[in-house]
Amino acid sequence: MSSDAPAPTPTPPDEVLRLIGVTKRFPGVLALDKVDFDLRPGEVHVLFGENGAGKSTLINIIAGSFPPDEGTMRLRGRPIRLHSPHHARELGINAVFQEFSLVPTLSVQDNLTLGRERTRAGVLDKRGLRRDAEAVLASLGFALDPRATVERLSRAEQQMVEIAKAVQGDPAMLILDEPTASLTDNEANRLFALIERLKAQGIGIIYITHRMQEIHRVADRITVLRDGRHVATLGASEASEARLVELMTGRTVEALYPTIHQEPGEILLRTERLTTASGRINDVSIEARAGEIVGIAGLVGSGKSEVARAIFGLDPIASGTVEIAGERMTRPTPRGMLRRGVVYVPPDRRAEGLVMTRPVRENVSLASLDLPTFSRVGWLNRSRERAVATQAMQRLNLRPPNIERQVATFSGGNQQKVVLGRGLTRDTRVFLFAEPTTGVDVGAKVEIYEFMKELCEQGAAVVLISSDLPEILHLASRAYVMHRGRLRAELVGADLTEAAVLSHFFDPDANPAAAGSAVPAY
Amino acid sequence: MEVNQPAVAPAHDQRVRVALLRVISTIGPLPLLLLAVIIFFSTQESRFYATANILNVSRQATYLTIITLGQALVLMSGGFDLSVGALIAVTSVVSARWMSNFYAGHPEQDVLAVLVGVAAGLLVGLIFGLINGIGVARFKVSPFIMTLGMASIGSGFALYYTGGSPVSGMPPLFTKEIGTGRWLGIPVPIFFAVAAVVVMYFVMNWTRLGRYVYAIGGNTKAAYLSGISVAIFLASVYVICSLLTSLAGILLTARVSSGEPNLGASFALESITAAVVGGVSLRGGEGRIMGAVLGAIFITILTNGMNLIRIESYVQEIAVGVILIVAVIVDRLRDRYRA
Repeated sequence: MSSDAPAPTPTPPDEVLRLIGVTKRFPGVLALDKVDFDLRPGEVHVLFGENGAGKSTLINIIAGSFPPDEGTMRLRGRPIRLHSPHHARELGINAVFQEFSLVPTLSVQDNLTLGRERTRAGVLDKRGLRRDAEAVLASLGFALDPRATVERLSRAEQQMVEIAKAVQGDPAMLILDEPTASLTDNEANRLFALIERLKAQGIGIIYITHRMQEIHRVADRITVLRDGRHVATLGASEASEARLVELMTGRTVEALYPTIHQEPGEILLRTERLTTASGRINDVSIEARAGEIVGIAGLVGSGKSEVARAIFGLDPIASGTVEIAGERMTRPTPRGMLRRGVVYVPPDRRAEGLVMTRPVRENVSLASLDLPTFSRVGWLNRSRERAVATQAMQRLNLRPPNIERQVATFSGGNQQKVVLGRGLTRDTRVFLFAEPTTGVDVGAKVEIYEFMKELCEQGAAVVLISSDLPEILHLASRAYVMHRGRLRAELVGADLTEAAVLSHFFDPDANPAAAGSAVPAY
Repeated sequence: MEVNQPAVAPAHDQRVRVALLRVISTIGPLPLLLLAVIIFFSTQESRFYATANILNVSRQATYLTIITLGQALVLMSGGFDLSVGALIAVTSVVSARWMSNFYAGHPEQDVLAVLVGVAAGLLVGLIFGLINGIGVARFKVSPFIMTLGMASIGSGFALYYTGGSPVSGMPPLFTKEIGTGRWLGIPVPIFFAVAAVVVMYFVMNWTRLGRYVYAIGGNTKAAYLSGISVAIFLASVYVICSLLTSLAGILLTARVSSGEPNLGASFALESITAAVVGGVSLRGGEGRIMGAVLGAIFITILTNGMNLIRIESYVQEIAVGVILIVAVIVDRLRDRYRA
């Protein structure tokens, strides 16, 4: 244990934060192994690595969530020992985690000023609070009503509140954990502009992202972690995509996207003028054929995710029909859809996909226990279940390959494989994938793409709903673009290009300059 | 198990502590606690080990065990049932009234009278469970409010139905044979409890129902997305819990030989405590039948021991409350130390 603090050194001007030899163990895992890390004023330092590489452990230590087992931490040259996230905040270390720290029932302004309310003679100074909140929002250029209740806001708007909350009060440094995950392009661009401004003020930013485009856009330096170890720290100019993937996975990845042989056959899925009761989708008619991958693209809130939800019977349908292999339905249910060979992979595997407290085996078989393969008159055939689950997880290359472990103990990519594996436990011909690679590392991504390729080439109809546009461009042979709940375009073959898809993302009557500035980041 | 890891690094104290916490988190703290309690009481009171007392304890444990099985099932589905105590009282007075009325009319038909009373008691359980289940599953009333309301309704009804006085006049077949009798030297209720434990063990581990209960308790949305009829299974859980509770209520009525409108009020808290002590998570999706059974035995032995060393019943209530809270804290800590 090197708990003795080194002799205080004069504050180096080029350093906000320095970690030396930070080690963290959890029962059974060495999460961080002697990691060194430093952050300079006015830089964006991207942390890059697969899920489980140690990124979140590292930022949690920096944000004061838990102490390191070994190693030292220096803030502006002074050794520090954090007791709590609150302590970290007091020292100017602010973090925006993926899980929000907002009170859903309070208003935006109450959330922004929570814990630092101004009072006048012991009574809340509401007008002052409103001014504070409005000032923060205005300085960030976020168009949010300070009086709005947080739970009524979209996820992207909540993200904006969270960021606004973190940047007020002069932080020394900021941690952003996948901040664009739920932002639209416009919002993301505003975030990037904000980051530029914060950099100019000398604030150091630790930025976690899985998206290559974002790295090129914002990073000054990149530190790659693998298996809890520091692999490399490089300048943005040396960091090509191939190099980063290689450093992260420890192996060369020739191509992220496999070449898929697509031979569209009969129509397996068709919707006709589908409109949901919520009004989130309107008059949507799409089809998917055997042996093809069909993309659905669109901004957050365009209704692209709701199409799959409506088909699978999760959002009530007001009018229109869903047709599976020629059988027409107006009120689909998840159970009926599963029986007809349709599987839906939800975008948020923790919230809707997995029973985190149960083992992989039970999660894989969950949607198929009604089949005679798995049960007779309610009585389970557990050896059969084990065999099928083992086989499915072998095919998807689950790591570690132990189907009796609790799902919660697996990395994001491997959890996603468990959700995908459900499609292999019953006879499935239509796959609805919603954001199948969010929060998934590149290694697992490649495996998931490979899985889609296999499904497609074996004659399944694959519907790929994704905010990751390159994914759709590379994998799908045909794509629909959604806009404000309506189908905006269908692009096939050579017409399916980045420019073509993007041109349908935005309002046709929008200010062309604004639309133009909003294009690059997807 | 992970205890026998070779000591690669110098044996840190922390490591030992973590390893110990892990063992406890896998098997739960219960077996150790049980042992401690047994050792403590046997040093304090020689009667604790007497055969008569052991039989007495095992008989007492049956009622709580049967109720805890139901309670554990509800907890695993992500809810809880505060109405089990009141249901004991309702079952007791209704089954006793029907049984004694029938017996008074047909004194020679004692078997039939018992069956009528038992059927009435189970019917009460079925109705109670359906109301709880439909309220929670169909109308999405929180289990807390739903079962709290039913607890009030139940205890009020039991008093109203009897005017507050006990119901007597049940056939000796019921009060003697089932209530205090033995088969093969073993108190009769134990057979029912063992059967209930075996059935519930198989339900939770070998049937779709059990699997779905874990799934619904662990993540309702994921269960629904997997094509499970969440509402039906959730309602069934409350029905099963109430049926088990009514069974315990009938056995308890036989034991006290009368229908008591004040019977069993403490069972709601005790059964939740027993289940949680036995490792059933209050957040749903986790827990084992055998853990819940051990928890019920633990609570019974503790109560019995406290009776023997003459701790007042008021103090005993305090003890149960303390144990419940400590058990929940341990449950939280367990989450933190699990790999």
